[in-house]
Amino acid sequence: MLLINCPFCGPRDHSEFTYVDVAMTYPALDAPEKEWFEAVFLRENPKGRVFELWQHTLGCRSLLILERDTLTHEIFSVRMAHPGMQAACEENVA
Amino acid sequence: MTGYRLQSGGSGITRDEPLRFTWDGEACQGVQGDSLASALMSCGKRTVARGFKYHRPRGIMSAGPEEGGALVTVGEGARREPNAKTPCIELYDGLVATGQNAWPNVRFDLGQVNDVFSRFFSAGFYYKTFMGVGRGTWEWMQFEKIIRRAAGMGAASHEADPASYEYVHDFCDVLVVGSGPAGLAAAEACVAEELDVMVVEQDFALGGSLLACTGQVEGQLAPAWLTARLEALKGARLLPRTTAFGLYDTNVVGLYEKVTDHLAHPHEALPRGRIRIVRPGRIILATGALERPIAFGNNDRPGCMLAHGAQTYVNRFAVAPGKQAVIATNNDGAYASAMALEAAGINTTVLDVRPNGHAAAEEAAGAGVKVRAGYVPVRAQGSKSATGIEIGPMENGHARSSDRIFTDIVAMSGGWSPAIHLVSHRGVKPVWDAEHCCFVSGEPPEGVALTGSAAAQFSTERCLDHARATAEDAIHALTGRRTRNAERPDPGGWETPIHALWEVTLKDEKLKSFIDPQHDVTTEDVRLAAREGYASVEHMKRYTTLGMATDQGKMGGVIGLALLADALEQSIPETGITTFRPPYTPVPIGAFAGRASGAHWKPIRRTPFHEVLEETGFRFLDVGVWKRAWWQKTRPDEYLDSAYVRETRNVRERVGMVDVTTLGKIAVQGPDAAEFLNRVYVNGFGKLPVGKCRYGVMLRDDGIVFDDGVTWRLGEEEFLMTATTAHAATVMAWLEMLLQSRWPDLRVHVASTTDQWAGVAVAGPRAREVLQPLLTGDLSNEAVPFMGILQAEMKVEGGTIPVTIARISFSGEQAFEVMTPADWGPILWKTLAPAVEAAGGSPYGVEALGALRIEKGHVTGAELDGRVTLEDAGLGKMASSKKPFIGNVLRKRPDLTREDRPQLAHFVPVNDGERFSIGAIVCENGKIEGHGIGWITGVTVAPVLDDKWLGIGFVAGGPAAWEGKTVTIADPVRGRNTEVRVMSAHQYDPKGERMHG
Repeated sequence: MLLINCPFCGPRDHSEFTYVDVAMTYPALDAPEKEWFEAVFLRENPKGRVFELWQHTLGCRSLLILERDTLTHEIFSVRMAHPGMQAACEENVA
Repeated sequence: MTGYRLQSGGSGITRDEPLRFTWDGEACQGVQGDSLASALMSCGKRTVARGFKYHRPRGIMSAGPEEGGALVTVGEGARREPNAKTPCIELYDGLVATGQNAWPNVRFDLGQVNDVFSRFFSAGFYYKTFMGVGRGTWEWMQFEKIIRRAAGMGAASHEADPASYEYVHDFCDVLVVGSGPAGLAAAEACVAEELDVMVVEQDFALGGSLLACTGQVEGQLAPAWLTARLEALKGARLLPRTTAFGLYDTNVVGLYEKVTDHLAHPHEALPRGRIRIVRPGRIILATGALERPIAFGNNDRPGCMLAHGAQTYVNRFAVAPGKQAVIATNNDGAYASAMALEAAGINTTVLDVRPNGHAAAEEAAGAGVKVRAGYVPVRAQGSKSATGIEIGPMENGHARSSDRIFTDIVAMSGGWSPAIHLVSHRGVKPVWDAEHCCFVSGEPPEGVALTGSAAAQFSTERCLDHARATAEDAIHALTGRRTRNAERPDPGGWETPIHALWEVTLKDEKLKSFIDPQHDVTTEDVRLAAREGYASVEHMKRYTTLGMATDQGKMGGVIGLALLADALEQSIPETGITTFRPPYTPVPIGAFAGRASGAHWKPIRRTPFHEVLEETGFRFLDVGVWKRAWWQKTRPDEYLDSAYVRETRNVRERVGMVDVTTLGKIAVQGPDAAEFLNRVYVNGFGKLPVGKCRYGVMLRDDGIVFDDGVTWRLGEEEFLMTATTAHAATVMAWLEMLLQSRWPDLRVHVASTTDQWAGVAVAGPRAREVLQPLLTGDLSNEAVPFMGILQAEMKVEGGTIPVTIARISFSGEQAFEVMTPADWGPILWKTLAPAVEAAGGSPYGVEALGALRIEKGHVTGAELDGRVTLEDAGLGKMASSKKPFIGNVLRKRPDLTREDRPQLAHFVPVNDGERFSIGAIVCENGKIEGHGIGWITGVTVAPVLDDKWLGIGFVAGGPAAWEGKTVTIADPVRGRNTEVRVMSAHQYDPKGERMHG
């Protein structure tokens, strides 16, 4: 029963959100196979603080980067995955 | 002797409001305010249940959710609830309860023969029997059936739960769990600071232990003190009948509120129960403590009960469990119970394992209670229920049976266990407090505090001081204000220390002493587990099933691990305690579903054509959440099998129309839209001219086919993408992820427009002939060639509607997809259908749609199942070599490019008239083994093959390796093998002359 503070919608129950992926940089589309293989298949499974990509599927549909502890489920920060959307949210708050 | 209603007293009942109820078919009567347990007791019912394994008689053992004896079935038919704990059932007029796990009834149960053979049913007997001689034999199978039938609890209804449930999300500043003295004092302090307070109480009456108290609290009689607190709490939300069943991450609390269980005639609109998910600012757990029994011989006989339970029946319900009472204790707490029983005219003796001369004993003696210091209970007497007790002094660790007392109540107080379950749910390890013989909570998580006897405060005064200090901390944390500077008392409250007494043993005789009466676990079972090597408390629990019954060890858990520690000759902290997990008490499984059951389990999506299709005889198929038109019943004797063949033939020979609204439609717009599509699809979209559409396939990162569909270029920066019905939502989320996370530099916006458009495909050699007269624009092959788009007006009754038409074919015929804004959908259908029928055609459904695409060899979700590459699907030539795209790197991995991978093919039976099914396995001829060499994904009667049976699917190596050869389609589930010939999947109109015509 996590509460996720969507920068656009405010705090909402986690059942509105979908986990998407690890927050990571993917290789270029024409990068060598080794890079793609590692990006897609060789993942860490850390205990502790991680950055994750979530989507507010049943809300504004924004992609969000959550900084979260996989052990305690504590959420340290939530921001828009899109830098322009994040900047717009900050501007709006200010 | 049996229980009876006392002439006076009873803080919780209203004597002049009788309630009728039925017990085992017999009409009985209780009063308003009774629990089922107190009502049964007042009617003289003593044996109300039978034990789980040995079928020994059981009576009421407590007045709360720790009840281990009096489990009954409440309600009838689909609303029947087994294993209900009678103290937790609020009596109402018309309640029906029955005994369970007994035949013919709980008073005379033939199953009791098991008790005679009990030495064969010790801990782990079931596993041992599995390992013994004769396992797997017919005899064992019969034996097992008998055992399974003999052991058990109540039977659940096999019918669906007719009750409704609902969810509420709640918020408050302070949530107080428990409405005993500590809970009320803490809540009052918070309300006084104008905080938003919720108080939840599992019982149907507020007050907790105050309800069983006739003495004074802070200079007031307990009922008056309670009334004053409730008056002060008018601004708070008080929720009786509500259990905090779980404490979760981020301090979310799960509550279950019984809404109608206590009502004789609930309003039909009310749910039976409500799950409240609460996010409080602070949580104060005033959950109280659970009294423990003592293990001695036959301590499960009806009449044996917890001391505070007996006190509760006398003071709250004015019911005496019997005429005489013996209370065995090791702590001061039992003296209040003794005095309550004595005051009710019950002749009471206290056996205190501790020596003479302490204040509590003297006070009780002054009130007429007989006290025998240094004595312990040895063995309850009486075969059906307790009629007396052997007692004796302790000598060298064992008791010596010296006396007998005739009594019909044998009450026990083996100490108190703070109810620390909720903090334990958060992973807080319990800590052993040797001084008070109990586990207390470790440091609770931030925002959570325990108070009252849950914090090992064993006197009301200390509970109140502790609660007010705890409330002050909460107030300070929420408001920054300091209200007062109350000191928080240390754990304690008894004048004379508790003396550990878990079990009473005789030197040279074994006693049958129960520690978990619900699961019939005895002290010997625990020692047996230790002897057989189950030395970890978690192993012992599973081997003996101690604490795995519906009370989850509330009654016997601590005794069990104390005995295990003793058997292993180690300390209790070394032995440890099993983890408490939610729920604290059982919650109906339906409550977790809430409103999401039956028709509300998932949403229903209907297309704008639904009503007109329904009116014209269409049957519908559930496809995901969509209701899709399946086939049309045009005559009374027409069914699916004949209808879809007729519809398919109409399309091939004349013309048909089908609802394609469910296709996912995504508007892709922006200066970089073409570049975006270039990266997403394997084929190029950059050079697609405006006014044209193109079939595209997209891959996942790992190179496997994700989805396919046609994308229409409506403008330089404006596309309309279609996705398969099944993948529409995942494609949408995928595109959003790419644009917001992976390629935020692309200036593209996507929006789902599935619901905005109604779509019809008109297909067949006469499609153009049907459409052209209705349109303002030119639909000729020159103006709108294959994959061309036309924006036009359609003439309908009373005017025109806007339509966008794309020349796309899923069937392989000349075909047009006609889109119009959703509101115009019904008019579109009603305009097109007569024109189609006038041309000798008909509407068709998804069954015919499937037949047409199987004939044509087009893939759908059945083929694109997440394992298939472009080449497997026969689409390898589509991949562009001029641009990078998603999945292009990893699709070239060696295993994905092997030539013997299963590839798309057609399958036709060698013998006319034979059939095979979807899911069947393709095998080399005569070699039916392993996983075969392929599988079938679709089958149909194929009008283009003279109504032969036709399958589509995969075979290793594909048509290149197998075309014209015979293979066997094995269907072991249906016991059917069919010889088939493999063909190319693209045999119908291979040059596409019909589509392009």
